Amino acid sequence: MSDRRLEIEGLSKRYGETVALREMTFDVRAGELFGFVGSNGAGKTTTMRIVLGVLSADAGTVRWDGEPVTLETRRLIGYMPEERGLYPKMKVGEQLTYLAQLHGMGAAAARRATEEWTERLGVAPRRDDEVQKLSLGNQQRVQLAAALVHDPRILVLDEPFSGLDPVAVDVMSEVLREKASHGVPVVFSSHQLDLVQRLCDRVGIVRSGHMEACGTVDELRTGGADRLVVDAPQAPSGWTESVPGVKLLGRHGTRTELELLDGTDDQAVLKAALATGPVHEFARRRPSLTELFRSVVTEGARR
Amino acid sequence: MNLSGWGAIRLVANREITTRLQSKAFRISTAVMILLLIALTVVIKLIGSNGSDATVGYTAPNAALAAPLQVSAKALGQNVNTRQVTEAQAQQAVRDGSLDAVLVGDGTHVQVVVKKDLDSDLRNALTVLANRLALDQQIATLGGNPAQVNAAVASAHVEVQPLEQPKQYNSQQLVLGIIAGVLIYLSLMINGQSVAQGVVEEKTSRVVELLLATIRPWQLMAGKVLGIGAVGLLQILAIAIVGVIAALTTGVLTISVSAAAGTVIWLIVWYLAGFLMYSIVFAGLGALVSRQEDVGGAVTPALMFVIAGYVVGVSVLPSNPGSGLVEILSIIPVFAPTLMPMRLAMGGVPVWEAIVSLGLVIALIPVLIWLTGRIYRNAVLRTGAKVKLREALSAS
Repeated sequence: MSDRRLEIEGLSKRYGETVALREMTFDVRAGELFGFVGSNGAGKTTTMRIVLGVLSADAGTVRWDGEPVTLETRRLIGYMPEERGLYPKMKVGEQLTYLAQLHGMGAAAARRATEEWTERLGVAPRRDDEVQKLSLGNQQRVQLAAALVHDPRILVLDEPFSGLDPVAVDVMSEVLREKASHGVPVVFSSHQLDLVQRLCDRVGIVRSGHMEACGTVDELRTGGADRLVVDAPQAPSGWTESVPGVKLLGRHGTRTELELLDGTDDQAVLKAALATGPVHEFARRRPSLTELFRSVVTEGARR
Repeated sequence: MNLSGWGAIRLVANREITTRLQSKAFRISTAVMILLLIALTVVIKLIGSNGSDATVGYTAPNAALAAPLQVSAKALGQNVNTRQVTEAQAQQAVRDGSLDAVLVGDGTHVQVVVKKDLDSDLRNALTVLANRLALDQQIATLGGNPAQVNAAVASAHVEVQPLEQPKQYNSQQLVLGIIAGVLIYLSLMINGQSVAQGVVEEKTSRVVELLLATIRPWQLMAGKVLGIGAVGLLQILAIAIVGVIAALTTGVLTISVSAAAGTVIWLIVWYLAGFLMYSIVFAGLGALVSRQEDVGGAVTPALMFVIAGYVVGVSVLPSNPGSGLVEILSIIPVFAPTLMPMRLAMGGVPVWEAIVSLGLVIALIPVLIWLTGRIYRNAVLRTGAKVKLREALSAS
């Protein structure tokens, strides 16, 4: 099986009494952007650290291209840790070359790749400056360069977008897309859900160390209950109470947002709305990733 | 895209070497130490060529006492210069300090004028002189010849038959030993601590997470220790060689070149053994904390042994080079790196002691590597509060 897929299977990890991961399972296909979302402390960073071999799991395996990941395979991963890490007193260029060499590149190739990536990410003029002298945003760019400089076959990025300005976000998105288009499985975590929704082929929502929902954004969105937005200016408050199988989500001005329970006919809702007067808008709305995320997280909390 | 274990260690060591060689602090501290050592040899040279401990004046009636005073001072290990002064000059010269004392009176007994009090060494020399003067006078009164009696007294001596040949400690070798001790001590302090600081720097800046994704913890630790060790070796070698050359050319050091080379070689062997032993421990202890401010506290327990060995060495050895306590301590691995090189520079160390103490240190190193490798692996990714030693050792 040679599909260059990154598979995370049944990872479990506990710290004493605290369960950090329980049976974490998902896969990232070659050429795919995978968004890894979840609240703080849900286990995203722990999962990534285990993939990188920085932490060891209590149980479970990480495979790439059908084989368990070893130190040699890990050198093929481009990694951006959540806690950014570079030598503050080392020059940007030397630092990137050093990191590329640690990933197994020859000295000359490492220097070439350093030049290429610093130019691409707009930090080439700062190559001879110490990292600590750079602005936070530029340090972020160097950090990304550090993840890319050794021409990785797998990308694992923990919160790559946090702290970036809009221009840098665009550069980062473009780079990630390009890497994916070359057949690299890319997994990144983020709290910017609109960005994840726009960028990712598939999304995994984590809660309490477990993968709660995983699939394309469309799959996830259709999985949830149907929602309706009705703009009926003359409708009195509480007009939906008489309609069976409908849950009121909220009313903003003249617009009412509803959730249809299973098997409810939306035409019955329309009739009820028209009965109150004119209807300016009647639309089926699928939940955004943010709403999905909220429902997954709160559902779990209720359980 | 392949990196062997050695390749990884070499890369890490290389980075440490270039970073340190480029650092201003390192270059300046090395230059300062070399200059200090050269200055020291020049100062010793200047003091040595002068060589007088006291200057004593004498008035004309006391001229006959000048030579015996120098002789009796010499017997007590003192160099006394003498010079004739007039009564009028005497008081003034003592007052302005150009003379330590002036012999006055009629020359029949010893009488001196001093500014405030008499230096105790000079007092001893003068007391001997007074005794001798009294004796001479008595001999003369009894009708004897003082010169003859003195000759007879001078030729009489104790015949000693030693069962064992005692080690003669040459004062130059003592100085050499102390300098060797200071160098080793400074090197261990500076380079050992920079290993701990380097570990914490990686931990604080979190770069360690990026590094450990590509290489194993022990490779990172080994590379760091070897890199910093190599730079330290270069430093100590430069200082030692410049120092020995300066001392030999100025004539401060009159021991043979081969003995000096032997001292330098022993210094280097012990630097390497001591540095490896201590820096491995420092790396492990450094991994326990997350902030530079805490490094000092974390490495103190290990540092105490370095300091203790050094302090015992410099305080006991100069007065008692053959001290039994130092002999025993210098074989115990934790004290050996500071004490043994001092003893070796002073000479007279039985071969078996040198071998046993070095052997014990070398035998201890693999144990320490195993132990601190474990601490390092468990603690290096845990930031925040200080990791307890027991936790770091027990966690898988």
